[in-house]
Amino acid sequence: MIKFEQVTKKYMTRKAIQNVNLELTKGKIIGLVGENGSGKSTTLKLIAGLIHPSKGTITVNGVKVDHRIAKEVAYLSELDEYYGFYNVGQTIEFYASQFPDFNLEKAEEIRTFMNLDRNSKLKHLSKGNRGRLKIVLTLAREVPVILMDEPLSGLDPMVRDSIVKGLISFINLEKQIVLITTHEIKEIESILDEVIAIKDGEIIGHHNVEQLRSEQNMGIIEWMTTIY
Amino acid sequence: MTDEHFHSSQPIYSQLADRINRQILRGELKSGDKLPSVREMGMRVNVNPNTVQRTYRELEGMKIVETKRGQGTFVTENQEILREMREQLKQKEISHFVKGMHEMGYSDKEIEAGLQSFLQDGKEITNQ
Repeated sequence: MIKFEQVTKKYMTRKAIQNVNLELTKGKIIGLVGENGSGKSTTLKLIAGLIHPSKGTITVNGVKVDHRIAKEVAYLSELDEYYGFYNVGQTIEFYASQFPDFNLEKAEEIRTFMNLDRNSKLKHLSKGNRGRLKIVLTLAREVPVILMDEPLSGLDPMVRDSIVKGLISFINLEKQIVLITTHEIKEIESILDEVIAIKDGEIIGHHNVEQLRSEQNMGIIEWMTTIY
Repeated sequence: MTDEHFHSSQPIYSQLADRINRQILRGELKSGDKLPSVREMGMRVNVNPNTVQRTYRELEGMKIVETKRGQGTFVTENQEILREMREQLKQKEISHFVKGMHEMGYSDKEIEAGLQSFLQDGKEITNQ
């Protein structure tokens, strides 16, 4: 479903991603792990068509990625970039107007699940509730590819738990693939099908997580410490 | 069942299967009871639905549960199978215990005597 062929991405002279080959199939939740600056976010942005490879090709469902990929991909950015004067309901409606694949009914369902008040102004939302809203906006899109850049970062344990439960509950694993970058491995490891470790722009490991446990008696954190 | 964490270094599908088996043994899940849907179970224990699916398949293979089309997954009503599972888990637990005792150098006699006096005193293990 997602394929990288010898992909390199340079920023000026620095190589953010180097010669990456990758093949990912649908129906899975995949974790992208690695230290800061290792190339995790760059990988997501390349799939989202927000930046372009310096070398190599990326395809989603056989189609080469360019800016038009936005209709196939929902991308949750690490940043908060919403209109503070909107309230929650208006933000949801704005997203619905921007993306034809946006399912308003599902958005309402996720919003209720996340305990968000429709009438709260965005500028008054806590960081945790902004994190929850981002999940609503991302998971309400019925697209084959969902990309989430650090969805748990900086949030308290209660919020992280509600986000993890939200993922389990609202991702459609029959049709979708989900890529998550994260440092919070402990919280998320029980919902990952696969894990990819990135270091200095190169993929140094890619595993089915249950296989890792059954064949090597290792969890993701132990595996990371042996290869990283 | 929500507050116990899974060991991150062992397959979660089999840990979840063990948990469900224990619930059946303790009678928390009874013969003929419906298991939560895959997604519902995933949410309760914070586990990927694919993994829960695998657990259910595994239990189905052991004939402990059966999936009825369009209705869900149910604990078997075949008492013979549940008795067998009960017996198997007992043997497994005992062999694990005995192996550990042998590894520490206890003889069969010591194990037997120790176990007997332990049970007579009515001491139950309390986890600290």
